[in-house]
Amino acid sequence: MDWQGQKLAEHLLQILLIAFAITAFIVGYSLASFQLMLAVFAGGVVLTSLVIIPNWPWFNKHPLKWLDSSEAEKYPKPVKEKEKEAGGGAKKKGEKR
Amino acid sequence: MHSFGYRANALLTLSVTILAIICGIASFSDTFNSPSPSASIQVLNVNRFQKLDDEVSLTLNITADLQSLFTWNTKQVFVFVAAEYETLKNSLNQVSLWDGIIPSQEHAKFWIRTTNKYRFTDQGSNLRGKEFNLTLHWHVMPKTGKMIADKIVLTGYVLPQEYR
Repeated sequence: MDWQGQKLAEHLLQILLIAFAITAFIVGYSLASFQLMLAVFAGGVVLTSLVIIPNWPWFNKHPLKWLDSSEAEKYPKPVKEKEKEAGGGAKKKGEKR
Repeated sequence: MHSFGYRANALLTLSVTILAIICGIASFSDTFNSPSPSASIQVLNVNRFQKLDDEVSLTLNITADLQSLFTWNTKQVFVFVAAEYETLKNSLNQVSLWDGIIPSQEHAKFWIRTTNKYRFTDQGSNLRGKEFNLTLHWHVMPKTGKMIADKIVLTGYVLPQEYR
């Protein structure tokens, strides 16, 4: 996913988990069931994992613009002058070793 | 949030931390509970009273209402009855006579007639005519958090003067 998507995923993670925690506590406390509180929170964790872990398309709304390969070829990597001249000499040295 | 593993790890650690926090709040909510338990114990009979490291066998009738001790965060309540008395050698002797586990609020209001589960013995021969207290202790064991222990002291019990 892209940068904006990562930010969104992190925000969603925190907000969803805290919302589920508060809901779980209120439900558990009012119905006087500790087990129910844990069950609601566990369900919340599973739901949150489904929302933020897979690579959903809404996380990729601002894709990065990579340069096309034709653009890169227009500006080739510069080669040093010295390397061209001493190309032969360097090769010989490499072979001896 | 570069990869699945990164996001999964962040999710797991954050959810465990938040779980710890809500368990802490649940444990704290116990402080709002103001319990009002009641109990009474009757000694129905002194069955045996023998010499040589005095030993007494009693039949007890224990009545208690411990329902107000239970909250949503209570796993069980451990209750026991102890006899307390004073001797020349020790300022306080405590002998546990009976104990039980109360698993839920429905079982917390009870009466039981029983002989003492554990022996009521003394280190010596001090029990003739001895005045003693019967104390009902309880330990409230929570699902998360701190255990609370308290008691009710019932006074005015006396052992007979003669062995039998």
